[in-house]
Amino acid sequence: MAASSLASRAVASLSPSISTGASRDDAGSSSVVGFHKRSSAFTGRRVRISSGHGSSAAHGRRSCVVAATAAPVKESPLKIADALVTREEGLELYEDMILGRCFEDMCAQMYYRSKMFGFVHLYNGQEAVSTGFIKSLKKDDYICSTYRDHVHALSKGVPARQVMSELFGKATGCCRGQGGSMHMFSKEHRLLGGFAFIGEGIPVATGAAFNTKYSREVLKDLSVDAVTLAFFGDGTCNNGQFFECLNMAALWKLPIVYVVENNLWAIGMDHFRATSVPEIWKKGEAFGMPGVHVDGMDVLKVREVAKEAIARARRGDGPTLVECETYRYRGHSLADPDELRKPEQKNKYAVRDPIAAFKKYLLENGLASEADLKTIEKKIDEIVEDAVEFADASPLPPRSQLLENVFADPRGFGIGPDGKYRCEDPAFTAGTAEV
Amino acid sequence: MAAAGAALAPGIENRLLSPPNAGRIRCSSSAVPARGALVVRGAALSEESRKNRSSALKAVAVKGEAPNLTTAKSGHEILLFDALREGLEEEMARDPTVCVIGEDVGHYGGSYKVTKGLAEKFGDLRVLDTPICENSFTGMGIGAAMTGLRTVVEGMNMGFLLLAYNQISNNAGMLHYTSGGQFKIPIVIRGPGGVGKQLGAEHSQRLESYFQSVPGLQMVACSTPYNAKGLMKAAIRSDNPVILYEHVLLYNLKERIPDEEYVLCLEEAELVRPGKDVTILTYSRMRHFVLQAAKTLVERGYDPEIIDIRSLKPFDLFTIGNSIKKTHKVLIVEECMRTGGIGASLRAAIVDNFWDFLDGRPECLSSQDVPTPYAATLEDATVVQPAQIVVKVEQMCQGLV
Repeated sequence: MAASSLASRAVASLSPSISTGASRDDAGSSSVVGFHKRSSAFTGRRVRISSGHGSSAAHGRRSCVVAATAAPVKESPLKIADALVTREEGLELYEDMILGRCFEDMCAQMYYRSKMFGFVHLYNGQEAVSTGFIKSLKKDDYICSTYRDHVHALSKGVPARQVMSELFGKATGCCRGQGGSMHMFSKEHRLLGGFAFIGEGIPVATGAAFNTKYSREVLKDLSVDAVTLAFFGDGTCNNGQFFECLNMAALWKLPIVYVVENNLWAIGMDHFRATSVPEIWKKGEAFGMPGVHVDGMDVLKVREVAKEAIARARRGDGPTLVECETYRYRGHSLADPDELRKPEQKNKYAVRDPIAAFKKYLLENGLASEADLKTIEKKIDEIVEDAVEFADASPLPPRSQLLENVFADPRGFGIGPDGKYRCEDPAFTAGTAEV
Repeated sequence: MAAAGAALAPGIENRLLSPPNAGRIRCSSSAVPARGALVVRGAALSEESRKNRSSALKAVAVKGEAPNLTTAKSGHEILLFDALREGLEEEMARDPTVCVIGEDVGHYGGSYKVTKGLAEKFGDLRVLDTPICENSFTGMGIGAAMTGLRTVVEGMNMGFLLLAYNQISNNAGMLHYTSGGQFKIPIVIRGPGGVGKQLGAEHSQRLESYFQSVPGLQMVACSTPYNAKGLMKAAIRSDNPVILYEHVLLYNLKERIPDEEYVLCLEEAELVRPGKDVTILTYSRMRHFVLQAAKTLVERGYDPEIIDIRSLKPFDLFTIGNSIKKTHKVLIVEECMRTGGIGASLRAAIVDNFWDFLDGRPECLSSQDVPTPYAATLEDATVVQPAQIVVKVEQMCQGLV
């Protein structure tokens, strides 16, 4: 089933133009020799995930899928709906993407009203990746993110209130206000972070996957089948930790999926100016794992690839590298003037808004009505408003909280001159600078 | 007297150790106060610890001291690397979530044989041979620890862990805090460091200097087979990320250790030799240089109190303070470089806490701020030698500094 599934799914795409990837032409400097020839190969190919070594990436012929999607496909709504997504699933996906978008827009507002501070990196435009992947997970599965982590947290189930509170730096935040925008964690929802340095979350994710294998093979607990997803960007794919972890994951067949959110820009660094071989999916093969490229602006395509990669991991066949072609509508962070990206590029991706596209899909295929979607949008508005109100009303962390979580075992603060452990001294927790 | 030792590095003292009371210290693992306030330690624990702390280990075998023959027969003789291995093996047998990750720890048995035989016994997944990627496999150990395992990450040489600084600082040290206490990282990061025998600058580093500022880390240094095993076990049982510093030249140190199980306290210092003239604070290899110098000093009529601080972070201010209150003079002998080493931090802590009890400034003998040269004469000149310790103590006791 796996072999042909992607090909057939691609037929019923949301929008024909997406899969040809022609929009990449003006993605940046064309000074790379042979870039145009490469671009269609880069985006047009659908590589099948197989459990064997070496995907079809080596073949060099364009998949017939591209030709199939050159012409708009009009099939009966019922047939497509059955094939790809049910009404319930569709509404869930829609709601999750709307939540992501609405929340991030609110973050921007709150930032400019000085309610949240520091470096805030918004996810607008990339919702299909978060929703498509994370909504395909089970509750026990792990995810690991970067500093662009708000929407990953929301998709995984961390309540909007907790995320907003964390952003406001309040004690009710998911990390008690100690992490901030770039360090969202949730033990309950298996979100392993939130990391400020790119690449440093990938080994952590790899460790969680290692734990699954260890639990099954050493502790003999076959009820453990957690898969881990590691999310990171195009810039990270030139970093050592990326390659080192691909190697180890493939070596030990760890149950992990490496999800690249390639939005073409690492702050102001164009992916093509930074990367000798820009097709990130190709790098999977170098480590003996399938490398898949998918249109990250299309939630259904992402979901199909996600399901397959996650299933592959769960059945013990090892890791997959998935490159999602996506785009961020806002700057790198709220402090980024975003002057380098050309309006043409931005417009090209603006019309591929994953939410608009999916809305259109749902409506055209009779999976939802305008009223249904409006209800969802209204519901989300209320959730996000409520989150802001909750965060506003929440208390700031008291001084006494300062030292509480430095150590899991507070004996780590040591023994004081009086012979008692420091943490036994009530004055110690007042958190002054003298330790 | 000291039993005949095998394969000892020059200048390193071998001694009989009678079973100490202090060895019975057990730091019970507390319930992890996941997100709440600091747990106020029950009075019982600190009293018990204090009692054990004050009953000192038997002092260095100074000439004329008769060994305790009855106790000399109990226990078993062991080399330091094997003591580490014994501790590790016991913990792995006791708790199936304990696993080892590192280069050549498995089939090779460890570059210094600390994991010899463990892969055969526990399997390749529990004693994992990694590719050469310190940052990533350390991070992997951290991710595994966050999700429920208790990982022991070996740096083949501590210097290699410079490559893992990203993970050790940001994720081992800080992640418990940035996650608001949600995830604990019960990881032990260990390996040989310090200045060896002409190993060259890069293999002769003192990483305790570099990691000491990272908040959230605990650091201990072992110096004898006895404390090596006890600290290894304690570090593995701790819910905090602990760095255990071993020394390249001490692995073949031999000592008799108890047959019974024992776990040492991570936060406590070890009183090696009680005295009244001067407090000498030291750790790791320098402990043995201090002991060698002590022989000369005792012959000349001095009575140094020698404390192996063992806990590099946090400092055991109780043991250290009690000693300073008695002697009013303190000398730190360390292998770190003068700049920014453990000695620098310890001097500051002593000045902050015990200023009123000092007759003079806290002295410190450190290594030179020099990349350790290969040539033997130059290498010897970079680290503190016993003769320098003797001179310094004499000067201090005679009021010349």
